Amino acid sequence: MALKKQNYDLIASAKSQLSNANIGWSQKTRESALSRLTDIGLPSHRDEYWKYTNPAELLTETLNVSSVEGLEHADVFSEIEVLKIVFCDGVFSPELSDAFSSENMSFSKLSDTGDLHWAQNYYGDLEKQGQSPVSRPLAALNTATATDGILLHVKGKIHKPVLIIGVQNTPCEAVLHHVIKVDKGCSLTLLESGPFATKLNTVMEVFLEQGANFEHVRTQGRDHNRWAVTHIFSDIQENAKFKSFTLTANGVLTRNECVLTLSGNDCAAHVAGASVGDGNKFHHDDTVFITHDAVACESRQVFKKVLRNGATGVFQGKILVKEGAQKTDGYQISQSLLLDDDSQFLAKPELEIYADDVVCSHGSTSGAIDEQALFYLCSRGISRKDATDMLTLAFLAEAVEEIENENVAKIIVEKISAWLSRRKN
Amino acid sequence: MLKIKDLRVNLADENKEILRGVDLTVEAGKVHAIMGPNGSGKSTLSYVLSGKEGYEVIDGTVTLDDHDILEMEPEERAAAGLFLAFQYPVEIPGVGNMTFLRTAVNAQRKARGEQEISATDFLKLIRERAKSLKIDAEMLKRPVNVGFSGGEKKRNEILQMAMLEPNMCILDETDSGLDVDAMKLVAEGVNSLRNEGRGFLVITHYQRLLDHLKPDVVHIMAEGRIIKTGGPELALEVENNGYSDLLSEVA
Repeated sequence: MALKKQNYDLIASAKSQLSNANIGWSQKTRESALSRLTDIGLPSHRDEYWKYTNPAELLTETLNVSSVEGLEHADVFSEIEVLKIVFCDGVFSPELSDAFSSENMSFSKLSDTGDLHWAQNYYGDLEKQGQSPVSRPLAALNTATATDGILLHVKGKIHKPVLIIGVQNTPCEAVLHHVIKVDKGCSLTLLESGPFATKLNTVMEVFLEQGANFEHVRTQGRDHNRWAVTHIFSDIQENAKFKSFTLTANGVLTRNECVLTLSGNDCAAHVAGASVGDGNKFHHDDTVFITHDAVACESRQVFKKVLRNGATGVFQGKILVKEGAQKTDGYQISQSLLLDDDSQFLAKPELEIYADDVVCSHGSTSGAIDEQALFYLCSRGISRKDATDMLTLAFLAEAVEEIENENVAKIIVEKISAWLSRRKN
Repeated sequence: MLKIKDLRVNLADENKEILRGVDLTVEAGKVHAIMGPNGSGKSTLSYVLSGKEGYEVIDGTVTLDDHDILEMEPEERAAAGLFLAFQYPVEIPGVGNMTFLRTAVNAQRKARGEQEISATDFLKLIRERAKSLKIDAEMLKRPVNVGFSGGEKKRNEILQMAMLEPNMCILDETDSGLDVDAMKLVAEGVNSLRNEGRGFLVITHYQRLLDHLKPDVVHIMAEGRIIKTGGPELALEVENNGYSDLLSEVA
């Protein structure tokens, strides 16, 4: 019963936050998001899509964390020339960010209030659509209560990737909501790194017009005390391409949801994740829902998890092929490498197909390090530890290969190697 | 170089003796061949020598240059100069052939207290050695043995041998699955590595490979023992008459 009371409090506090704030153009959207949330209710362990991940810790208000890992690990992509957007303890920092609104890209932050904004018709729109057929209450909560975020409109050629960094100086909570719109034929590479907050709720809505190209690479970690729930929603129009890759290390509870709709013909959506977890507190959940609603679209889901010392990994991935979405090419793979008997991987692949001319494949495996391969490497002089690391990296390779930008991929591989070497027993 | 004395080995899970007192000495600079019927323990011997798990040494000793190798981990045996060319080279998706070889070369150098090889020197060396084995740049870039044909896998084994420069090479049925041309290529590769400091132990079923490698000594193995040792003519005898005469001779 205690939990139920907290749920009630969370919605009540969202209500009071909304009524007290001066939030300008997003007011109406936020109010309707809140009523959406009130209707669907907060998630519980009994819900179909929360069966493997207990949401209770995400719904409590207490943060029993005394110290944080801050700036020193936040900028994973420091070797890459970027346009930088920095959030400190959940608040946009103009001092640390590059100011870069230009003819080709307009940038503003969600906390700028006013009565009119281009994002007005977009904010919360995909989140709202994404509530059906599966409800995503924490995303609705986010739309209602987000305190900051970026509103990015790409209108022409931009020469550098945009990087969102989340620096954390004190234990804090953050609710961030980003809206990204990439116009016809334009491209955006978006990088994300840093801890952001001890308790983080992020929503990113990505609107891709015809022929737009979006590549997203995100790292979560290496902070240990992190409870994060993130949602990426995207609507992908004709010939557009959506790619997203996430590397997760450490943290306590991470739930990454990705809800994509392929709504124009010949478009593509690739979503991939590599996560490495150590210890029985580590719980990592990837929940993906891809809807094919147009002809000749391609989607790929590639998720790999390395789990040890009692870590838990969850994958729930769905491909929904709607009536008329012929020539769909859907692929889904989720695999775990269990480095000991205490770790576990829970996978629920789902296909729901209403068209008759489609190719959809899915697979899910759990396994240990291949002893034959290990012996082969050792017989050439490589130590058992190094050979295990090589095979672990090799296991993650299919997910990392989803990253198109080679320099970024190199950094991700370095981060994984560093994690492996720090974790040597 | 390699001295095996009264080696007795059980399969770890079963109480079954598969090597029943093997005695064998390979001198530096010599090529020894082991032939024998299926199930005689030839491959087991190669695995036990290289340190594969799953075998239990009951009795006997194995020394390489007077070091007891049975106490060593597989990687320590490799650093000590032992190399096994696998009968079935393992495919390792996700690990590039070149990365694998460089890691192996440097791991061995490090274990021996030597300087690591620089990236440029390594590249130069591997290109030169790969060329003589007709291994192209594409094969070097690909993941270890993934999508390689039978012949390519065996050539890749010889390339590893050439790069690691072991002093004791064991070839476990390196001729299996090779056509005539591939066999010649592999044999040339092995022959080019022959020198007075290096010993070879070649496990094979057929005379064909031995035509190219010209062994100094031929052993016949049966039921976990060396039952006869002789010169190259012994291999010819097997080729012509099979093992039955030899087996009845010792029975």
